[in-house]
Amino acid sequence: MTLRAVIASLIGAGVLVFTITGVVAQSPTERAIDDADLKSGYDFQSEDTRALQDDDFANPGFLWVDKGAALFSEKAGKNDRACTTCHTDTVRSIKGAAARYPSVDEKTGQLINIEQRINLCRERHQQAEPLSYESEDLLAMTAYVAHQSRGQPFNAKTDGTAQSHFEAGRDYYYARKGQMNLACHHCHEWNWGQMLRGDRLSQGHGNGYPAYRFEWQTIGSLHRRLRNCDKGVRAEPLPFGAQEYVDLELYLAWRASRLTLETPSVRR
Amino acid sequence: MRCLGKGMRLLGRSYWCVAILAGLTAPLEGADLLPYDIVEDSIPNSLTGAAGDAAAGRAAFIDRDRGHCLLCHSVSSIEDPFHGTIGPDLSAIGSSLTAGQLRFRVVDQTRLSADTVMPAYYRVKGLRQVDPPFQGKPILTAQEVEDVVAYLASLKEAPE
Repeated sequence: MTLRAVIASLIGAGVLVFTITGVVAQSPTERAIDDADLKSGYDFQSEDTRALQDDDFANPGFLWVDKGAALFSEKAGKNDRACTTCHTDTVRSIKGAAARYPSVDEKTGQLINIEQRINLCRERHQQAEPLSYESEDLLAMTAYVAHQSRGQPFNAKTDGTAQSHFEAGRDYYYARKGQMNLACHHCHEWNWGQMLRGDRLSQGHGNGYPAYRFEWQTIGSLHRRLRNCDKGVRAEPLPFGAQEYVDLELYLAWRASRLTLETPSVRR
Repeated sequence: MRCLGKGMRLLGRSYWCVAILAGLTAPLEGADLLPYDIVEDSIPNSLTGAAGDAAAGRAAFIDRDRGHCLLCHSVSSIEDPFHGTIGPDLSAIGSSLTAGQLRFRVVDQTRLSADTVMPAYYRVKGLRQVDPPFQGKPILTAQEVEDVVAYLASLKEAPE
């Protein structure tokens, strides 16, 4: 090996090391909002709305949680199995599961959310038809499953097989879009707490979903809320269950940091 | 250009070339936006060549489907319980900025400050994922921009 070749390979190795450390330096470690300043959407609601969420008997979201609990133990599909056939309190418990979502499905390598996991279970283990996104039954089951993680902080994996999804979600978060040419952070990082006419801007965390919103007069998924955000800046909303939204869900889960799940939350 | 040159030589094809070019550029260009000249931080001349109407501008400023400027800004002379607090208070903006400076800020504030959260109200290029009903259309028409500029210019500090 000539001296020139040695020097070239050393430079090559240096570039490689630089590239690797560059990637590491970009890995998610710093959040734009300090932990001490983190606020759930709950903190931006009126006293009456907060009181409604706090009372499990008055909180309208529990209509769906209860329905979801019933569906969870109801047999469905050709295999004549219920969710509870596989998931009990001690075996494959769903307690705390939602806090780990979105998560990469090992079989397909896709990042999926709770709604999509429920439908995959129906398909694979129950041989049942998938429930359509935003249907009453899927909202009910999602609310029930997410409720089993109430009080727990998000703990979704953002590295390994999830990293590319995390980065895609972050890119969507920071991309200007729509006729209004606005990105998520313009409102929810730079201007939270400010008034958008009658509404106080929240930090845009998804820790209460599915959530009962007065503007909907029903419970709705996080994707429904994301579609509303896109429409608000006159961007073309993506379809329910779009991969971009699931990736964004992962980024939102990470940026919510120590905030705990509140499902079913009540929002204006 | 090469396409056009060929088209001229092969007269029969030139229409196709022009048609294809027009087809490609039309959705990007969108509505016929009027050209304007920027002088420092100002667009000194009216987009339409005529002065706007301040009363119509006030309406467009408030209207949810047009300017909806009150979403982010406050103006003390507008009687509405809800004003935004994201942008600066505009109650006397006509005393600190000229009509030309106001026009530039309404037309495309991003050209003054790339990080701004204020939308460009008279621009159709360089936007992504625009909802189909709004594609190729500016938020405000040239006339509405002029009306809003006339309204903003009229917002002066009250005499002592």
